[in-house]
Amino acid sequence: MYVAVKGGEAAILATHDLVAEMRRGDTSVPEVSTAQIREQMSLAVARVMNEGSLADADLAALALKQAQGDAIEAAFLMRAYRTTLPRLGSSQPLDTAAMAIRRRVSATYKDLPGGQVLGPTYDYTHRLFDFGLTGTSDAPPSAMPSDVALDTRMPRVPDILGAEGLMEPETPPEGDPRPFDLTRDPVEFPADRDVRLQALARGDEGFLLGLAYSVQRGFGGNHPFAGEIRMGEVPVEFVPEELGFAVDIGDLTVTECQMVNQFKGSKHVAPQFTRGYGLAFGHAERKAMSMSIVDRALKGRELGEAASYPAQQDEFVLYHSDNVEAAGFVEHLKLPHYVDFQGELELIRRLRRELEERIAREAVESGVLPKAAE
Amino acid sequence: MQKTVTPSGSPRDEAYNFAYLDEATKRMVRRALLKAVAVPGYQVPFGSREMPLARGWGTGGIQVTAAVIGPEDTLKVIDQGADDTTNAVSIRRFFARVAGVATTEATAEASIIQTRHRIPEAPLEAGQILVYQVPQPEPLRKLESSEAETRKMHAWGDYGPMYVRLYEDIARFGHVATTYSYPVLVNGRYVMSPSPIPKFDNPKMHMSAALQLFGAGREKRIYAIPPWTEVKSLDFEDHPFEVQKWDEPCALCGAPDSYLDEVITDDQGGRMFVCSDTHYCEGRRDAGHRGRLLGTDAGRALARDGE
Amino acid sequence: MQSMSSQPQLGKGFDEPVLASQRCFRQILAAMSEPGSVHRLGEDVESPTGVSAAAMLVLLTLVDHETPVWLAPRFASAATYLRFHCGAPVLEAPSAATFALVDGASVDLDLGAFNPGDDRYPDRSATLVVGCAAFEGGRDVSLSGPGIRGDITVSPAGLDAAFWQKVAANNARYPLGVDLILAAGNEIMCIPRSTRIARAAEAC
Repeated sequence: MYVAVKGGEAAILATHDLVAEMRRGDTSVPEVSTAQIREQMSLAVARVMNEGSLADADLAALALKQAQGDAIEAAFLMRAYRTTLPRLGSSQPLDTAAMAIRRRVSATYKDLPGGQVLGPTYDYTHRLFDFGLTGTSDAPPSAMPSDVALDTRMPRVPDILGAEGLMEPETPPEGDPRPFDLTRDPVEFPADRDVRLQALARGDEGFLLGLAYSVQRGFGGNHPFAGEIRMGEVPVEFVPEELGFAVDIGDLTVTECQMVNQFKGSKHVAPQFTRGYGLAFGHAERKAMSMSIVDRALKGRELGEAASYPAQQDEFVLYHSDNVEAAGFVEHLKLPHYVDFQGELELIRRLRRELEERIAREAVESGVLPKAAE
Repeated sequence: MQKTVTPSGSPRDEAYNFAYLDEATKRMVRRALLKAVAVPGYQVPFGSREMPLARGWGTGGIQVTAAVIGPEDTLKVIDQGADDTTNAVSIRRFFARVAGVATTEATAEASIIQTRHRIPEAPLEAGQILVYQVPQPEPLRKLESSEAETRKMHAWGDYGPMYVRLYEDIARFGHVATTYSYPVLVNGRYVMSPSPIPKFDNPKMHMSAALQLFGAGREKRIYAIPPWTEVKSLDFEDHPFEVQKWDEPCALCGAPDSYLDEVITDDQGGRMFVCSDTHYCEGRRDAGHRGRLLGTDAGRALARDGE
Repeated sequence: MQSMSSQPQLGKGFDEPVLASQRCFRQILAAMSEPGSVHRLGEDVESPTGVSAAAMLVLLTLVDHETPVWLAPRFASAATYLRFHCGAPVLEAPSAATFALVDGASVDLDLGAFNPGDDRYPDRSATLVVGCAAFEGGRDVSLSGPGIRGDITVSPAGLDAAFWQKVAANNARYPLGVDLILAAGNEIMCIPRSTRIARAAEAC
């Protein structure tokens, strides 16, 4: 039956029951808890927080559970909830230089103040299955603490370059206005950097990864060096109107990536390296790195570069990196379109009929066909 | 007619603000609506919010309706002309829940009609509001992919390329090969997308007694046509605009003048044509009009006689 | 909401903000959609001295912290009210205002002093609430354009002799220009920039 479309309310309600059943799966298998997801699927949780634009690991875990692990559906749940939250104010800018470091690597220096801190990473694992994980183990994994405490000074690599004047400075626009919020106001093009960074921060990891890769392969002109990637906890500070001074309201785990790119300069301006910036909630290195490469590519307009490739075009990147919007529009093709399609059917049949009639008429006029063919 | 106004079955869900949107968002949408009405056919950017329904599934229309609707309103929601298509049912349920409003399938009884892809066959009346769900508000997008550029084209009234595109169709096919989203010129100034309604419906926009509001959620644009406003489908003197025609009337109600859906009845090439506007079709049948297949099995299945 | 005793000079705003603002908006939307038609805003409100209830209700419905307001000198007393009930910034100069409350009787009313929008974004123009005396008894003026079937004759009273000339000049800038919401007593009438102005006498 064609009831799926001329369905009505009962059929819709039945889909809700069916999806709940599919979500639960085999009931002889214990149900997963949101705490288990939060603790044991933390990279998926980070992705959902980033693309859902909301730093709340418990909600992200719930979203993943409700969405059966579908990251985009989970991000959608976060976004829809986020819209209903009141805005109490804006925090002070995060100071990532003051991060409690868990991981910090630089590809541009062999050694640097604070050293290379490898931290938790899959980089050096061999991608071989650990079949021990198929069961449950009684002994929790433990990492041996180092005898040597981490250096308290962990300067950011671009700051080191900046002290020498080799890195383009990042200064807020005049008057340090509150950054644009694309979830509140419509974006205008060309888009400024605050808009671009916000869009990239909530953009789809896969899409940004592909764009960053395209830049590296030659669909874009810069060669990035991973100046620094750092991950750890930073304090969030807020200035309540009634107090007038900043108070610490908690810590956020973030991953920051700063790419150092080819220098710019001219006869009169001393050459400097240019910067690409990426910041993400949780441990999300691939996202932060992709973001920083695309951020640098989008800076082309300010640096007088041609915008020949997709990653350099702000309209292209900003309009298409939002996976909740993209998924909605691609998947809306599931909705009935038979009114439009009927219009197309009517036209194509008419055009074919007219063409056949014309061919027949021309054939008669040129005397090719005998009269009897009519 | 068996179905008229249905009072909202259950009381409004108090966990959400009336009509879901917070008041600041409603004010923002309302301000955009007034500017849209003041400059008919011009696309007003607005701070489209993320809704609990997917982008592309009517979030623009929903935000417009939410900013406009009050407890006294009676809401009708259609998709493809039908009240019982899944998306229409879903949106109607949403407003019954968050606004507690009465709903109806009767076009004349609705104060607000939210629609996707159709304008009802029955002429709308003064005081009614028709809210269109719009996937792509920019009529020039297929000619020019950049928003910065199309905005300039509208600013300067630079619509030559649009006419060229339409004329290229005529040169190739003998007709303008656009059957839906057929562009219109509003109040002699802005070229506007009527949303993916079939061009059959375009003439209904011209000098309508109702207020027409358009919401594009994903693209974050609102536009409007006030009542009694000139809306002209783009055409040429030697190729005037014309609408679709069918060789046969509606198989259920016999209407000779409505937009028809083609329904495949078997895999042997069997098909029937029935009104896309389900309420219009029901009204005609209730008034005694009978189409060719009304008494048959296929006709009964579509006419919802079994309910 | 603050108690009345601490703000003795401040009148009350909406009794039930969610539903009252929705009702007001629908009247404003209908008025903007059908220029020249008169619509009643029925909500109970204590507007500042010299400001009509209708003018105040329009502002209560549409204005907030995102929309800077300019007040003509005659209505300067409304500043406290707007800041308190709407959180709206009140500006010294008209050019950056999103909304303004102006006096239709004033010879000084200069529609050109307000933001008319720009070619790419004509929606960024100001909306002016224009105080007048009544919607009957003034000089007959014929209006036509979108929202008007044919034409309509209106006769708002208490407007400066040059008022309609200014409105016609505003229309001549279309699609740029400001949009007007005339307010008297409990009633409003809209004249958006799209409305064409002709003196009824000239038509005779």
